[in-house]
Amino acid sequence: MSGNKAPSGLSQTAGALLLAPVRLAAMAVDPLLRGWQKLTGFNGMAAFFLVPNMAIFGIFVLLPLVINFIYSLTGGTALFLPDRSYVGFEQYGRLAACGNYLDPNSCTEDQFWKALYNTAIFVVLQVALMTVVALITALVLNREIRGRSFWRAVFFFPVLLSPVVVGLIWRWILQRQGLLNFMLYEVGIDPTEWLTDRFWAFTAAIGVSIWAHLGFYALILLAGLQAIPRDLYEAAEMDGTRPMRMFWRITLPLLGPNLLVVIVLALIRAVQIFDEVYVLTGGGPGTSTLYLTQYIYEIGFASLLRNPGLASAASIIMGAILVVLTLMQLAIARRNERRSGKS
Amino acid sequence: MSKVKSVLGALALSLSATSFAVAGDVRVMWYSDGVEGEVIQDLINRFNKDNPGINVILDNVPYKAIQEQLPVELEAGRGPDIARVTNIKALADHWLDLTPYIKDPEYWKANFGDQFDWMRPDGSQAIPGFMTQMTLTGGFANKTLFEQAGVPLPGDDATWDDWVAAAAKVQASQQLNAGIAIDRSGHRISGPNASYGANYIGPDRMPLPVDDGVKAFAERLVKWTADGAMNKETWVSAAGTTYRAAADDFINAQVAYYYSGSWQIANLSTKIGDSFDWVATGSPCGTVACSGLPGGAALVAIKYTKNPEEVGKVMDYLASQDVVREFTERTLFLPAHKGVIAGDIDFKTDDANVKGALKAFVKASTKVAPAAAALPAWKWASAYYGALVTRISQVMAGELTLDEAYTKMDEDIAKNVAEAAK
Repeated sequence: MSGNKAPSGLSQTAGALLLAPVRLAAMAVDPLLRGWQKLTGFNGMAAFFLVPNMAIFGIFVLLPLVINFIYSLTGGTALFLPDRSYVGFEQYGRLAACGNYLDPNSCTEDQFWKALYNTAIFVVLQVALMTVVALITALVLNREIRGRSFWRAVFFFPVLLSPVVVGLIWRWILQRQGLLNFMLYEVGIDPTEWLTDRFWAFTAAIGVSIWAHLGFYALILLAGLQAIPRDLYEAAEMDGTRPMRMFWRITLPLLGPNLLVVIVLALIRAVQIFDEVYVLTGGGPGTSTLYLTQYIYEIGFASLLRNPGLASAASIIMGAILVVLTLMQLAIARRNERRSGKS
Repeated sequence: MSKVKSVLGALALSLSATSFAVAGDVRVMWYSDGVEGEVIQDLINRFNKDNPGINVILDNVPYKAIQEQLPVELEAGRGPDIARVTNIKALADHWLDLTPYIKDPEYWKANFGDQFDWMRPDGSQAIPGFMTQMTLTGGFANKTLFEQAGVPLPGDDATWDDWVAAAAKVQASQQLNAGIAIDRSGHRISGPNASYGANYIGPDRMPLPVDDGVKAFAERLVKWTADGAMNKETWVSAAGTTYRAAADDFINAQVAYYYSGSWQIANLSTKIGDSFDWVATGSPCGTVACSGLPGGAALVAIKYTKNPEEVGKVMDYLASQDVVREFTERTLFLPAHKGVIAGDIDFKTDDANVKGALKAFVKASTKVAPAAAALPAWKWASAYYGALVTRISQVMAGELTLDEAYTKMDEDIAKNVAEAAK
């Protein structure tokens, strides 16, 4: 017993010593804070502690958002607001002007609509595939397989890479004289134009983005799988339940909150897709892999004649899409919570 | 209002990777295509040694920073003191008139005056800087590949069709990816467009609709890409106005003929070495001319500098005849300085390909069509180039027909003009 008490007392002393300056500081400000609380009340005190965080949020998130919106109401090629003319909602009207919304070529800003459609298709396919593949990966990595830690590291490693590095690596693999075509040629298969064919380029963009982010989402699901009590599976086994039925009846329902997190995060990330695809395909062939973020970047920064107003309007629309998607996800999450609460 | 500008300027600067000038320093923002960064550093070191009161700092940046970050800094009323730029006319409002700060404006006018209109607003008499090099778009042929294929190099008056046909034979014989490659750039195809009779500039100096000259070369580009005669990856594997050079394909002997420009000479010489023999061909002919597009890079003073006197001294030094001659001889660039052109230029290279290439470009400069010669000093050239490259790429990718592309080009240009007028 005494042997156990000695380190505990030592650590308590060390802790007290380390905390001493904090305690002194707290004692010094305590009268001031009490006085402030008397003056402002309990809610005022909460607001007081929130001010620094809200100030940072306001300066770095809200203010740019407001400035961006103001930009979207201006026209011209000048960069600074005082030099720009007010045009109202003209930029939004220009983006929305279409002869036929199903035919981007009939739109005044056809590239915006192509980017919008490409992004929508990309989001649906990438998020669905990402979720399924991440789930399968997590299920495999959760089993008692040989070298499990190694395989977990292997799947997580691409997450640590810069998106530019990811794009370059896959560009070298997929370009006409790249590694993949070389390997195919060695086994007698004709080279394929992976990056200059519209279908393959789009497929490559989805595949590469899944490869790059899979580890992160698999990790979230793995954590969810490990939190499911083992005795549920043991009880099911004793009842003679088949593995697939266990997956549908135990694993999937209990993994629901983690799956929702994965879908929300993957969805937001997919709508914002830019860097690795920009390096991989440059948005081509044609506009096959041109997504909203690249369109905004091209119009606002990279084009020889920039249009900051149009780029701002497009980014406001993109932000609105993200808000709607997030609200939908939150509504689904709340409904699920209510259902599980009732049951 | 000026406070708002300062704050936004500071934000823009914090987003950019470049540094800005402080009092007493003269910062030069510089990009390199070849060895010119080392050469200019050497020249500046000498200036710093001889002028202890002035500290010239060379900021070597990627070309993308010049194209994308510098304009943002300039709009913010900040930036370096001097910059090497290629988008010379479009940003002309930001250049400093050096006339009060240089020793002898007449020397500048006599030697660099022919290109001042390229770098100052229409109607201005300012001296904003000087061309560090003159460029001309033109082609390069892999002579070794042509010889191995037993295909003779087309002659001086060969057309684009002749060159593509010859390159396609080499492609078939040597199992190349493609016969020819052209940089993905509206600028690069504007010389050939002019060779087929294209004219972009109206009598009021506003853009004209795309004409038969543009259409003639655009149709060829699309056909060559579809046939596999032209390297597909360079043009098709990007959207919008993204620039892609095809130099590496030529350097790696993956194409027999490469259309780019004189600024590639040092790059090709350095990277190809003695791997194969190559020749510059000038520009192939169209129906009305055998024209390339003249242009170049300019070293300009920025009007937001805090040290204009020092900037004037640095520019006087860099524009002096001996310095320009040394820069020219070591970088293998074509000079703009009339005195240097008139004298003997001893290009510092042992590469026989280089001397021949420089001669070929000097010869080709006499064949520039008037419609091409007018473009460097034209305000809307960038709008035209952007529309060309964006829409032709879409046709190559199968997204648009040529007729749809021509309509879109006119619309794009008109939208840019209208937006700039707001």
